[in-house]
Amino acid sequence: MTDTLAQLTAKDFTSNQEPKWCPGCGDFAVLQQLKNAMADLGLKTEEVVVVSGIGCSSRLPYYIATYGVHGIHGRALAMASGLKTARPELSVWVGTGDGDALSIGGNHYIHTVRRNLDLNVILFNNEIYGLTKGQYSPTSKVGLRTVTSPNGVVDHPINTAALTLGAGGTFFARVMDRDGKIMREIFKRAAEHKGTSLVEIYQNCPIFNDGAFDPFTDKDRKADTTLYLEQGKPLVFGKNNDKGIRLDGFTPVIVDLGDPSVSQNDLWIHDEKDFIKANMLARFFDDPDASEDFLPRPFGIFYVEDRYTYESALSAQIEKAQENGEGTLEELLAGNNTWTIA
Amino acid sequence: MSDTTILNREDMVTAKNSVSVLFAGDSGDGMQLTGTQFANTVAVYGSDLNTFPNFPSEIRPPAGTVAGVSGFQLQFGTSSVYTPGAKFDVMIAMNAAALKANLANLHHGGIIITDTDGFDAKNLKLSGYGEENNPLRDGTLKDYTVFEIPVVSLTRTALAETGLSTKNIDRCKNMFVLGVLYWLYSLPLETTIKTLKTKFAKKLDLAEANIKAVTAGYNFGDETEMFSQHGRFSVAPADKKPGLYRRVTGNEASAIGLAAAAKKAGLNLFLGSYPITPATEILQTLAGLKKWGVKTFQAEDEIAGVLSSIGAAYGGALAATNTSGPGLALKSEGLGLAVILEIPLVIINVMRGGPSTGLPTKPEQSDLLMAMYGRHGDAPMPVIAAKSPVDCFYAAYEAAKIAVEYMTPVLCLTDGYLALSSEPMLVPSPDELASITPVFSPARKADDPPYLPYKRDDRAVRPWAKPGTPGLEHRIGGLEKQHETGNVSHDPANHELMTKLRAEKVARVADIIPDLTIDNGPENGDVLVLGWGSTYGAIKKAVEQALEGGCSVAHAHLRYINPFPKNLGEVMGNYKKVLIPENNCGQLLSMIRDKFLIEPVGFSKVQGLPFNEMEIEAKITDILKEL
Repeated sequence: MTDTLAQLTAKDFTSNQEPKWCPGCGDFAVLQQLKNAMADLGLKTEEVVVVSGIGCSSRLPYYIATYGVHGIHGRALAMASGLKTARPELSVWVGTGDGDALSIGGNHYIHTVRRNLDLNVILFNNEIYGLTKGQYSPTSKVGLRTVTSPNGVVDHPINTAALTLGAGGTFFARVMDRDGKIMREIFKRAAEHKGTSLVEIYQNCPIFNDGAFDPFTDKDRKADTTLYLEQGKPLVFGKNNDKGIRLDGFTPVIVDLGDPSVSQNDLWIHDEKDFIKANMLARFFDDPDASEDFLPRPFGIFYVEDRYTYESALSAQIEKAQENGEGTLEELLAGNNTWTIA
Repeated sequence: MSDTTILNREDMVTAKNSVSVLFAGDSGDGMQLTGTQFANTVAVYGSDLNTFPNFPSEIRPPAGTVAGVSGFQLQFGTSSVYTPGAKFDVMIAMNAAALKANLANLHHGGIIITDTDGFDAKNLKLSGYGEENNPLRDGTLKDYTVFEIPVVSLTRTALAETGLSTKNIDRCKNMFVLGVLYWLYSLPLETTIKTLKTKFAKKLDLAEANIKAVTAGYNFGDETEMFSQHGRFSVAPADKKPGLYRRVTGNEASAIGLAAAAKKAGLNLFLGSYPITPATEILQTLAGLKKWGVKTFQAEDEIAGVLSSIGAAYGGALAATNTSGPGLALKSEGLGLAVILEIPLVIINVMRGGPSTGLPTKPEQSDLLMAMYGRHGDAPMPVIAAKSPVDCFYAAYEAAKIAVEYMTPVLCLTDGYLALSSEPMLVPSPDELASITPVFSPARKADDPPYLPYKRDDRAVRPWAKPGTPGLEHRIGGLEKQHETGNVSHDPANHELMTKLRAEKVARVADIIPDLTIDNGPENGDVLVLGWGSTYGAIKKAVEQALEGGCSVAHAHLRYINPFPKNLGEVMGNYKKVLIPENNCGQLLSMIRDKFLIEPVGFSKVQGLPFNEMEIEAKITDILKEL
């Protein structure tokens, strides 16, 4: 409950419920940056609804002092879709996990992104089922040993970026849980995007899958394993920014920027409006532990497309149908084919 | 033909109380359209009526075969008509297959009107009769009155000068037959002519051709000697309550009921739905009501259908979802969420033959126990059932009223029989509809005490908080909630309290529902026939007939199944035996036994077909014999 005139702070978005996540969980960072972003965006607590499914991350709504609904497993996007369709003026955020969104809720995921409702979806990907205590998830790496894969996972993992773009998504970004500043900015971009904004967070589960993202966070390795995307900037990475990515036809090639024959001008320039290139970036999905020859994993905003939202198109149809006035109850009851018995 | 003959025939008009007609032909013969035209005509003429379409579940089955036969059954009468008729008095058979598929359901001695052009060698072969066995020639129909009309040939002659292609002319043959039938039942052509003019407003040549065909059929009746022995028939208009009428199917009525409830309550209607037979027309009808602000969301699956509705209900809309058995099974987890969230939601379940895909196009009443108990946890919700196509309107409306005023999901049961049947509906005026009063919590100020989303009123009903309202920000979900605050709580005593409060709230709906009344028959006596849902028409008719025969029998019909009307036990106690006919294996029977510890007589029919009055009357007679 806040004074509606003053700009709110992150504290105003903090509910009276104590987060019940494990110490060291990546979820805390996401919660903090989400509240920061909401404050930065000038949102009012009463105009925001946070919707979630089931899983550790789906406890999110309880910790934010806005409206919130904690639903059932896998169905957060379906619930949020109905809410946004009925109430387009609300700012609707969805907290979901890799199991919730991509396994039990996979169907809703595909259809929500293709419909392009104006939802901001935060997908906490920890590559494990945490709340049920450590079973492998649809994003777990092949070979991961868990209680349900004692001999190692044999399922091929889902590539969230490729799935989202393949399903017709209009906004996809990936963030590491410890990159707070980037996360805050990406949340704001996601909110400003009119459409389904999908933000995948690589979120460490210190209990059941600790270190899953070490290849991308290790001090010694991350410069070579990660690629931070910036609009209009060349794809450059590596210690001292000494590596770049160039397109050789349709093949991305890593080039050594120390090599005098390589020019910065030859490098791939990131353009978040370029659908083809976004799809190629989505396929930068190599496991740095699996071989020496890998492309770095991209972080940042892959793709942004301006496309009409579902709810705006539906509302426009209703406005059109009502251009000569809204139907009355009398007209509804009578229909258009009546007769009178005297 | 001499004038005298015609004059003589004019004298021969036999008055009938009611007539049941079947229009049967190939899927491509336009039988649904023809039947609908006939229904509109008798409705405007003032008859009471009830219609039921019977079409193949395949979209384009092989032409000329029994599998491809499409039928439209209708009964119209001078007194109230409750069913499309157990058997028909008249059958229009446009081809041999149509005759073969339906002959068993024609009354002995009934009238058959055939298109002889549909009994050529090819049609005989496709129908399965075989080229050598023409039923029109081999004595198969000796017990019936058969009128053989070369419809295609006569239509071609009548429309020869229209300049239309033979294909387009042949498409008018159904109108020719309709004209013959109008003549035979002394009905006017005006309603159909008016409709044809509207329907083909942009294709005047087709409008003219169809009008010519229906007129030619009528004139054929006038001129031919064929009917001279039998003459014409007439069915006097029914003594119906004066007023404005429209014809509705059960599914249309359900849809309009929801939309009307939203208007009356001042809410926006949201329907989250996935297409499923035989419930889809509810989605289709509502998708066409954008002028009334209705939002429909064709979801990716049944689960998203109910969950999107829950989201919309949380947002303050009147939310509904519609489905049939398999879809209700998929929605059941979502319904548990709606129960614990305590938000208004209407679920219209149009029952069909099950389990699994079962008999998707055939009616059954076998989802009652799923509606009652088919959820995880103790998750009661009100359950109500519609008894007729028109009653689908009032049932949907009332489901919405209970949902909104008691903050609960409400399950409204109809079935494939009601869904597709149609009957005239006396259009109510908005004032006649019960009020629906949602209670939204008002905005709060910073120094007000914290908002309590689960603080109940004296009916155990919690308030509705609309997102966007300052000061009501709150978080709720599927986890058990603390009494009043709505915060997550795992406290054992609190869970028991909340479970009981949720049940108490639903039980208290009994405070506003009317007592069960006796629909027909004495207030006490030998047998009470206790029905629910679409068995209404058949029971009504059966009890009427049994009463005429001097039996001590009464009929009561349950609209409210959870909770039951408060006086149900008392009413049943006024009879020596209670008979419960159901299109399932005894589901209401189990509930009645369970709750009242009595032993009613069950009567099951699970053939994908509704009861007919003869079956129920025979059962009443059997029970009376044993008393």
